[in-house]
Amino acid sequence: MRTQLSTDIIHSDFVKKVEEISGQTLLSCYQCGKCSAGCPMCFAMDLLPNQIIRLAQLGQDQDIAKANTIWICASCITCSVRCPRGVDLARVMEALRLITMRKNVDHVQIPDIPKETIGELPQLAMVGGFRKLTA
Amino acid sequence: MSLSYYPGCTLKTKAKNAEDSAIAAMAALGVEMVELPRWNCCGTVYSFAGDEELHQLAPVRNLIRVKETGSQKVATICSFCYNTLKRAHLLVTANADKLETLNRFMEEEIDYEGDVEVVHLLEVLRDDIGWDAIKEKVQVPLTGLKVASYYGCTLLRPEEIAIDDVEMPTVMDDLMRAIGADAVSFPYATECCGSYQIVSNPDYVIQRSWDILSSALRRKAEVIVLSCPLCDANLGQKQAELKHRYAQFTEVPTLYFTQLLALALGLDPEVCRFDLNYVDPRPLLESKGLLRQ
Amino acid sequence: MERIGVFVCHCKLMASIDTQRVVDAISQTPGVAHVAAHEDLCLAPGMERMKEAISEHKLDGVVVTSCSPVLHDAVVRDAITSAGLEPHQMELVDVRSHNGVQEITEKAIESIEKAIEQLKEHRPLVQTRVPITKKVLVIGGGIAGIRTSLDIADGGYPVILVERTHSIGGHMIQYSETFPTLDCPQCIETPLMTDTGQHPNITILAHSEIEEVSGRVGEFKVKVRRKAAYVDWDKCNGCLMCTEKCPPRVLSEYNRDLDLPKRQAHRRAIWVPHAQAVPMRPIIDKEHCLHFTKGKCGVCQDTCPNKAIDFDQQDSFVDIEVGAIVVATGFELMPKSHIKEYDLDPDILEGIEFERILCPAGPTAGKVIRPSDGKEPQTVVFVSCCGSRDPEHGVPYCSRVCCMYLVKMALLYKHVVHHGQAFIFYIDIRTTGKGYEEFVQRAVEEDGVLYIRGKVSRIFRDGDKLKIWGSDTLSGKRIDMDADLVVLGMAMLPAPGAQEIADKLGIELDQNGFMTELHPKLRPLETSVPGIYLAGTCQGPKDIQDSVAQGGGAASKVLALFAQDEVILEEAATG
Repeated sequence: MRTQLSTDIIHSDFVKKVEEISGQTLLSCYQCGKCSAGCPMCFAMDLLPNQIIRLAQLGQDQDIAKANTIWICASCITCSVRCPRGVDLARVMEALRLITMRKNVDHVQIPDIPKETIGELPQLAMVGGFRKLTA
Repeated sequence: MSLSYYPGCTLKTKAKNAEDSAIAAMAALGVEMVELPRWNCCGTVYSFAGDEELHQLAPVRNLIRVKETGSQKVATICSFCYNTLKRAHLLVTANADKLETLNRFMEEEIDYEGDVEVVHLLEVLRDDIGWDAIKEKVQVPLTGLKVASYYGCTLLRPEEIAIDDVEMPTVMDDLMRAIGADAVSFPYATECCGSYQIVSNPDYVIQRSWDILSSALRRKAEVIVLSCPLCDANLGQKQAELKHRYAQFTEVPTLYFTQLLALALGLDPEVCRFDLNYVDPRPLLESKGLLRQ
Repeated sequence: MERIGVFVCHCKLMASIDTQRVVDAISQTPGVAHVAAHEDLCLAPGMERMKEAISEHKLDGVVVTSCSPVLHDAVVRDAITSAGLEPHQMELVDVRSHNGVQEITEKAIESIEKAIEQLKEHRPLVQTRVPITKKVLVIGGGIAGIRTSLDIADGGYPVILVERTHSIGGHMIQYSETFPTLDCPQCIETPLMTDTGQHPNITILAHSEIEEVSGRVGEFKVKVRRKAAYVDWDKCNGCLMCTEKCPPRVLSEYNRDLDLPKRQAHRRAIWVPHAQAVPMRPIIDKEHCLHFTKGKCGVCQDTCPNKAIDFDQQDSFVDIEVGAIVVATGFELMPKSHIKEYDLDPDILEGIEFERILCPAGPTAGKVIRPSDGKEPQTVVFVSCCGSRDPEHGVPYCSRVCCMYLVKMALLYKHVVHHGQAFIFYIDIRTTGKGYEEFVQRAVEEDGVLYIRGKVSRIFRDGDKLKIWGSDTLSGKRIDMDADLVVLGMAMLPAPGAQEIADKLGIELDQNGFMTELHPKLRPLETSVPGIYLAGTCQGPKDIQDSVAQGGGAASKVLALFAQDEVILEEAATG
């Protein structure tokens, strides 16, 4: 399959928005993969964290939207702490989530959560989960 | 000595065992934990966005409550609350414009000026009381109990809020040694349990729970101590499921560090509220002769 | 000075300066008799026109705008002195800037006006003629120090070579084989070490350090501390019988403190690093010697046929006077403990530790074993960029040699353990030297070394194996694997003590702690102190061939200096 690239695509509003919300310079990442190597949730991800930031560098917002990566991220910040370039990847993941959620799209549908689960979970889990995964 | 104390929602309900044991243990160490009046939910998880001041309202308002009591320091037991309050404090002290926005929005409150120090109870134990002082007050040394200290994420990451070395923390292990237990180190001590993914992807959290607990079991740990109600739920709640999925899994009780501290200080085990633990630790503690009356 | 000429260079580098505006502004300045812009001022025609202007307008002082003052100083000085002016009657102005046209022009005008004022304050330079003591001090006996010593000595001048450890040879002599030729360094370096030891013009002061330095080019005065060896090296004949009887077994610095199961890598308390040491003289390690720690033993004293043991020996001092100094203090690797996500484990080694294991002349005679249990590892994982290229946790620069030495060690491992497998985690493969790229391809195609593109996030022990969490960014996979042995490519740092030496010599260190050269491109071997030169890894990470080349280069600088009988130093007159 072939992917179109151009100056406009790599400087798109999407790319600008990601950098604005995350406060990160995406091109600082030199794709060493250490973030993916230490990610606790990568076993369940379609695309690895380093691939997500690479796609963001290339302005490929559709590919990022198709993957489950940003929604599986647990915000553990291991990636940011180990990145040799000081890229706060956790903030980039958050920015990518927010770009979707700010369109009023929830990733977790609260009515779908069974009552027993709500009874079992500590509030911390729900407050945190809804904060990260819903609009 | 009195210490301003922020409980957070979960400590009042699912993690009452953490609160009760903490208050009792600290009292035995000569520290009165004074609950913050009119506190609100800390607003976890801390928002990483550069443009979401609204999400900083909840934690900053709590810091204002601390100021109102005349205290300059507030301690938490829950790691997540620690992380959220501390990061919010650091954000607004580094960004005067954000602080101003928040202060003006909360016009009915006094201004926050970055004048409150947020600490975690482990820091208080290590820095203000000291391991030697704690050792002296131990009545029931937890001899022969193999304890793996699980730090999780929020006490150590990002580096600016870390209460110890980000990769090789020892504070909880040091506490365990001070109260006479056998501190067992294991490679997954700072690995994330899956956190809020328990809400959207519980199956993945079960996977993480297996990775972490089996690593501790391979190092011969008998119990896990931790500081976060979410880690406790993620590691403690699904052990029946783990037993079902993995033949080599054996149950390992998860406890708050304050529960073991209270026990070692000779307090009545009732105050530790072991009844609230997901995996009852009492049979194990009994077998080790640690549940004296 | 009342008739100052201002010469404004106009070339590609200065294109963003509005030259006409500068000329107009400066021509109004009091004391300025002539202002002109010239295309490519620093080239011969430009200098000629400046000389003509000096004559024509009877100028008594010159301000010249340029790009790099360091590189243009000599050219302008020669031009004005040949036009009849004195060396102090000039001032150079660096007008480079990153700002926009308007700003750079205004800044240039401001700088030139300042230079004019400074020029007016210049006093004639006083010339001091310093006779040159034609003797050189070389600090550091590694391969760069050895090369520079031999070249200067062959040039006919005496060399004092001061080495901190008790044998010259540096790190190179610790390696198994050198890339890309796979020469054995014990074979290729020891003849050089022997030559150095036997050269009539070279005096080696081993087990010694620089205590104090004063003076200047031509007449440096240096005090050298000869550390107590507790052996009289004049009486000692290097038979080493003392080392055979000495009881303690101590981790050996030469073997990088490797703790092997049969203590093969240990040394005694009285020891020489290896069988080809130069000088072949032992020292006693006070901290482990039973005589010093417990008042017992003395077996070495009893054994020595020449009665060379001297437990009462003290440090002594030697004062020397030299005309030039070459600094070749070398490097050290970043400690493994610096990277905390990789556990400290006997089977996680840094490069030179593994070199000692691979080395046929090493503690295991080249048998590849795991330090933990002595077994032969079947899977060895090499990890690149440990600390290098990591501004957040380590150093920002690339250490240059690790790509090559890791693949070299992988290849050597495969030659010894035929059914073993080597994996190398990398982010780039840097193979810029002659034969380097071909070497890597040979390792991959002929020896089956597998490269995995990604950094390793975590290494910890699980039973018998080491668990590796890495990634392969090329295939998009998160990689889990088990290794029997891990070798880390740790960053190259300047040798410990670099700051102290630099302070004593009055030279600078760069932001990474390496010694600073006068100009990174064109004057890589000189420092800001005339008469003090650099060679080898003390100036920056590099491989053996570049260290040797720099050793030769530094020698040529010294030989050029010594070809004259005196140095003319110009200093501003006081008062």
